Amino acid sequence: VLIAIGAIVIFLLSQSGPAWAHQGLRLITTQSWAPRSAKPSFGFLGPLVGSAFIAVIALVFALPIALATALAINEYVPRRASRALTALVDLLAAVPSIVFGLWGLFYLDPHLRSSMRWLGNHASFFPPFRLVGTNLGNSLFVAGLVVGIMVLPIVASISREVMSQVPRDQCEAALGLGGTRWGMITSVILPFARNGIVGAAMLGLGRAMGETIAVSIILIGDNRINTHILQPGGGSISALIVSEFRGSGTLEQSALTVAGLTLFAITLAVNLIARAIVARGSNGSR
Amino acid sequence: MTATLDREIPAPSVSTVPEEPPAKRGITRDQVMELGAPVLSAFAIVFLVFHLTEWNAPLGFAACWFLGFVTIYGILVRQRHGAVIAKDKLATVTILAAAAVALIPLFLIFFFVLTKGFQALRAAFPHFLTHDMRGVTPTDPVRSAGMKHAIIGSLEQVGLATIVTVPIGVLAATYLNEVGGRFAAVVRTIADSMTGLPTIIAGLFVYSFWVKPRHTNGASGFAAAMALAIIMLPTIVRSSEEVLRIVSNNLREAALALGAPEWRMVLKVVLPTARAGLVTASILGVARAVGETAPVLLTAFGTSDTNWNPFKGVQSDLPIQIYQLIKLDLDHPVAEAWGAALLLVFIVLTLFTLARILSSLGPGGK
Repeated sequence: VLIAIGAIVIFLLSQSGPAWAHQGLRLITTQSWAPRSAKPSFGFLGPLVGSAFIAVIALVFALPIALATALAINEYVPRRASRALTALVDLLAAVPSIVFGLWGLFYLDPHLRSSMRWLGNHASFFPPFRLVGTNLGNSLFVAGLVVGIMVLPIVASISREVMSQVPRDQCEAALGLGGTRWGMITSVILPFARNGIVGAAMLGLGRAMGETIAVSIILIGDNRINTHILQPGGGSISALIVSEFRGSGTLEQSALTVAGLTLFAITLAVNLIARAIVARGSNGSR
Repeated sequence: MTATLDREIPAPSVSTVPEEPPAKRGITRDQVMELGAPVLSAFAIVFLVFHLTEWNAPLGFAACWFLGFVTIYGILVRQRHGAVIAKDKLATVTILAAAAVALIPLFLIFFFVLTKGFQALRAAFPHFLTHDMRGVTPTDPVRSAGMKHAIIGSLEQVGLATIVTVPIGVLAATYLNEVGGRFAAVVRTIADSMTGLPTIIAGLFVYSFWVKPRHTNGASGFAAAMALAIIMLPTIVRSSEEVLRIVSNNLREAALALGAPEWRMVLKVVLPTARAGLVTASILGVARAVGETAPVLLTAFGTSDTNWNPFKGVQSDLPIQIYQLIKLDLDHPVAEAWGAALLLVFIVLTLFTLARILSSLGPGGK
């Protein structure tokens, strides 16, 4: 495993040399992606921001629902039902991402357009929802929603695990003192599981940033920064790599490798921090 | 357990409404009314608003309906039971509703894959399974499509990846669990974070280290298998380790006490005991790899011909084929993509069910 990860880093670094020599830090800080022009430039700031947008949108949807699912499984529904619910959530995790993409593009996107128009017309006080022109769909919003559905099971199962490590006698003590179930959750379970939940959310974030295929199917591949999340446009790093890599020249491949390496570094950092937080939380440090 | 406890405790802050006798079991008429009335009244109000303003937004409607319901229900239970109980009831309703929402996409996805996939399969059965896409143009009817090349590719690539990763994965897990130490902790952390790694990175890596140096011969099923192996390995290591950890220490100590050396103990006692669980872990790794698209796209490239040899020449598989069909964005290819998606989901579901059954037989199943 160690060898694998070391080899990955070394090979990707060696690949990224030419592009680095060509543009240096401007790879990350500019947003003009023009591989086929006379003076090619490879700034992937746009997709980088797009990846971040998608991850944030995904978490906004996934986190509350995942937490509620975890709480429902652990505290609310009867045992048989909770086992079924766990199996169903696991099943959601097993659906291939290409199937999510297919469903997102041909079902979710058309069915969401009227809702998105409504949102754009009546919630435009929130800047990202503002509409420019009439185009809708193929948007970061839909991509984020689909990715949110994909990370939901991961966040749910990790936070469920963390929540089930809360000492049962403390929960029962809270109930025995006359607290309601909600009171027990807010005063015992959530404080105890806080670290674990933060970690679970970050793992979800890492997953969401790296998600490739579903995103590349839904977005139409525009590499500038797009802040109107209901409308077409915006890209993500992994979608950029998958759609541009074949049939691209050496220099462009090298630039794409730098993009991949950036993504790799970000997700690795997010994951390591998240694991550390989860581990500290589950040791029962409180 | 907690539910019965909850019911026997009298409400801490008694409101002016006279307390009813505590309900024993089942749902009383009063409870139905308390929930049903807000649901209906919120629906009526939101429906009226949407109808009058001629808004057309299913999602917005659902959101507004739920918000309206929570508001009305909140006021109602607050009047009847006081603030503390009201908060509890609101939380219960919200949490259960959100958990239900989590399942909606699952059912929608399965529903659509099943209905649309069966349409394609029926239109081209059994042709769909026995022919490839050679010479099939996007405008040809679904009838002429076939997925043989993709099925072969998927099986060969995943098969190769499995042959490589399962032994290594189980060995690494054994090392982590039985030997341990500082180094093991480092490996565990890295394996952990590798499970969350963007899969496209694996594709990029294999491309730059295997495909590119070999020019035209580089892309092959074998290259794809390597990329899949990188993705599967950490998953298998981590889940196998969980399984090995469950093996009872008494067994280990008994073997050692009988004078067995450590390697014999592992080989003859620990691994056989954990066999079912290890198989489950491997199957879950396989199920994950079958659906991977991004890495194989960069390493096997995909083709419409049948290529039996995974070591030479470009090869397709189910996810690649689906991706390429979607990108054509025409009616027939998309219908074929649904058909292929059905096959893929079928494979994943079979593996998943197999893993569940096996894990309920194993030592860690109960």
